Amino acid sequence: MKTIYFDNNATTKVAEEVLEEMRPLFCELYGNPSSMHTFGGQIGRRIRKAREQVAALLGCDPSEVIFTSCGTESDNAAIKGTLAALPDKRKVITSRVEHPAVLQVCRSLENHGYTVVEIPVDKHGRLDLDELERQIDDDTALVTVMYANNETGVVFPVEKIAEMTAGKAAAFHTDAVQAIGKIPLNLAKSRIDLLSISGHKLHAPKGVGVLYVRKGTRLQPFMLGGHQEAGRRAGTENVPSIIGLGKACELAGKNIKQENQRVKCLRDKLETAILAKCPDCRLNGDKDNRLPNTSNISFEYIEGEAILLMLDKFGICASSGSACTSGSLEPSHVLRAMGVPFTAAHGSIRFSLSRYNTEEEVDYTIEKMPEIVNKLRELSPFVPK
Amino acid sequence: MWEYTDKVKEHFFNPRNVGEIEHPDGVGEVGSLACGDALKLTFKLDEDGKIKDAKFKTFGCASAIATSSVLTELIKGMTIDEAAKVTNKDIADYLGGRPEQKMHCSVMGREALEAAIENYRGGGKKKHELEGKVICTCFGVTENEIERVIRENDLTTVEQVTNYCKAGGGCGGCQGEIEEILEEIQGDKAGQVYETAPRWAGRLTNIQKIQLIQQTINEQIRPALRAHGGNIELIDVEGDKVIVAFRGMCAQCMLTELTMKDVVEAKLREFVSESLFVEEETDSSQQPHQHRG
Repeated sequence: MKTIYFDNNATTKVAEEVLEEMRPLFCELYGNPSSMHTFGGQIGRRIRKAREQVAALLGCDPSEVIFTSCGTESDNAAIKGTLAALPDKRKVITSRVEHPAVLQVCRSLENHGYTVVEIPVDKHGRLDLDELERQIDDDTALVTVMYANNETGVVFPVEKIAEMTAGKAAAFHTDAVQAIGKIPLNLAKSRIDLLSISGHKLHAPKGVGVLYVRKGTRLQPFMLGGHQEAGRRAGTENVPSIIGLGKACELAGKNIKQENQRVKCLRDKLETAILAKCPDCRLNGDKDNRLPNTSNISFEYIEGEAILLMLDKFGICASSGSACTSGSLEPSHVLRAMGVPFTAAHGSIRFSLSRYNTEEEVDYTIEKMPEIVNKLRELSPFVPK
Repeated sequence: MWEYTDKVKEHFFNPRNVGEIEHPDGVGEVGSLACGDALKLTFKLDEDGKIKDAKFKTFGCASAIATSSVLTELIKGMTIDEAAKVTNKDIADYLGGRPEQKMHCSVMGREALEAAIENYRGGGKKKHELEGKVICTCFGVTENEIERVIRENDLTTVEQVTNYCKAGGGCGGCQGEIEEILEEIQGDKAGQVYETAPRWAGRLTNIQKIQLIQQTINEQIRPALRAHGGNIELIDVEGDKVIVAFRGMCAQCMLTELTMKDVVEAKLREFVSESLFVEEETDSSQQPHQHRG
């Protein structure tokens, strides 16, 4: 059975071109870039190239790019490193819909004497900007708000928030893990201080990420024990993955206009057809300010995991916001923050596409989805007669 | 992804006996949309008093649906007395076991059966009436229910009880009571669920006391409230009076007065000092929208 992969916000396929670029770095060019000999030293040049490729996609200077092990490390390093560099300030502002890599780090700060403010969102998942601006005060060390939401794809006006923050002398960090490669970024023109990227969300391998640190941003290193990354992130470089991420950024830069337009058309076709063919379903998230690849749809009266398993039978991979595990039955914190009622939150499905998806895959899913929904609704005691 | 047995998958993809029997002899409805799963079971008896037909409708995950399907298959041909003896373990065993976190599905099946039998014996009472004292107010689980899952499955920890019948999985306020029930039934077998932090020996200075209160809130109380979308802030300590404010979901919760204060007080007495009592800050409770959820 063919796999139809609509779960690209979870992870993506490594691009063939990326793998080719990485291949020699395992058994042939396996040197350590910190070594004094030519064999190791030549790796340094490749890392430099990768850094330039990342910088080109971000619109920043290569010296502002720090390679890390993943998006979660970048988030942790940004938040903890900023607070360590600004020990007199005790307030952190974030949003209610952040990825756990940010939200849980912030919440843990509460136990260390920090005041953490979580800005709410409206029913479309849009951030309350007025409240955010009101909350930024002299005691605020850091504002951290995601670029685009992983569950709904809703894009936040981070440039605007960065401006607000810069005016108040606080640092601004954004988790851009979902945005990178999907929407264009230009950090040269922005006031963003810190930005996190994860490799495996844009067709590079797992286990590599980037933390962008704007020149002049005060940050204490998170990992100590080596001079790598100009002393800002110790540890021997994950060379093949870094080279892969560089190539993936180059490809993303090439594809960002045309390919993403095609992905958006596919996503729109999938979404429109499902909403039209399945009664009692709703779209979650701001329709206009969204990533081009993400669609989050709630199906009333049925449960997400059951839908996923039915989709899985047809080889279709998607994900659900609701996790049905025993007592701590929490539907997605994102949908809850948006005020999506329990009835709809339990039956939410996220489709996230990539440039490797085809129209046939979309058509096949459109054909199967009503079948699945109807079958589960026949079982449901809540469907009105 | 859950590791489901082939039998679970088979019953999920091809559920037996879906639907509702018209003019049934017994109807059992349990669960709700908010809980994340719900089951409606109907059955009809033949002249000999055996279950001739049984049908179900279920909202929930694959495990919940498979369980319902199996339940209807199991009870067909049984007398009411035989059906009354079916346990959640019978259902789970029939399906070849399942992840511990999904055990509540089999309990839901047995509950629906019990409700339907009760409905039949009670001459058509429409609702499954809850017996006994409600222990878990979040999911509406009674003392009898908790006792039953403990006995039938030989459970020893609160976490297991939560996995089997959800009790204690919401705000966590009833975990102490569940522990007591566990101890009553299992005696020494009941697991040590709470870390037993040493009670502070001797007198505390004010600073020590306040620090210990803050530490207890951070480590023991906040995580439970967090799981429920709420939060707590320590406002002040005046002698033995601890003033706190509830934020987020907890601030709007109708049960705040009844449960939250008691939970906090119990924890503070356990970890800091027996003489403490808790009061809610009055100002903030009048403006529940604090953006601090």
